[in-house]
Amino acid sequence: MTDQTLTNPSLTNQGTTDQAVRSEFHPRWYRERVSTWWWLGEWHYLKFILRELTSLSVAWFVVLTLFQLRAFSHGLAAYLRFTDRLESPVMITLNAIAFCFVMFHTITWFNLAPRAMPVRMGGKRVPEFLVAAPNYVLWIAVSAFVGWLLLRTP
Amino acid sequence: MSMVSTGIASTGKASTSKASNEAFFWLLFSAGGVVAAVLVPIQLFLFGLAFPLGWLPQPSYEHLTALLGSVWVRLYLFVVCSLPLFHWAHRFRFTLYDGLQVKHLNEVIFAFCYGGALLGTVVAAYLLWSF
Repeated sequence: MTDQTLTNPSLTNQGTTDQAVRSEFHPRWYRERVSTWWWLGEWHYLKFILRELTSLSVAWFVVLTLFQLRAFSHGLAAYLRFTDRLESPVMITLNAIAFCFVMFHTITWFNLAPRAMPVRMGGKRVPEFLVAAPNYVLWIAVSAFVGWLLLRTP
Repeated sequence: MSMVSTGIASTGKASTSKASNEAFFWLLFSAGGVVAAVLVPIQLFLFGLAFPLGWLPQPSYEHLTALLGSVWVRLYLFVVCSLPLFHWAHRFRFTLYDGLQVKHLNEVIFAFCYGGALLGTVVAAYLLWSF
């Protein structure tokens, strides 16, 4: 409403009323309807959608962890039932797929950092892989620490 | 003209408050994205693949009990559960908005995504502080 009044000089000059702006025959822009499957045509679009779908694997991991914690809180027998269930081919397959997607998230997330925050040194832009590198170093160090916590024999 | 200017003022205000909400959700998305990128792969690899397939020895129940006895491990697990859920909520919301083009369902999707993330956070807190 207000946009029309401001952009249409003839209306502003006349002093506007609601009736003057709202017309039964107001033009509508022609917009082509985009197919629901627009992202299947090109690798870039597909990559974008796959990256967006990594969030499902992240959610899957959290739900799995919550079930694991629940089983754990119910005692040894319940926890062993849970770990047995994780050995089923269905769960292995689901977790393998989820792991691939989560890795895709990790890599795309780390590689995005230099684009979100371009670092300059001496007037020159630092190469992207050098900006992303600390992410990978941190990731490997943290992963090694978590692995060590779980695997060390007390 | 006075009618017009109040119109602009009110829409201006509405869009700023909406924008600041989006900034808050984006911050949660971003923090969750970092946590998911750094911490999820190793844990999913160990518990989802390496232990069940026998590539590495499964940690004993006693060992896990000892680990979960620490407040730091519980806090760590709380963060690992909660923030990635908010990351999921934001990203999945836009996947549904853009991917499926279901504009008329936007409010439902919003409630489902953030409601889910909030529920997961409450469940995580309950589980981690009840034993």
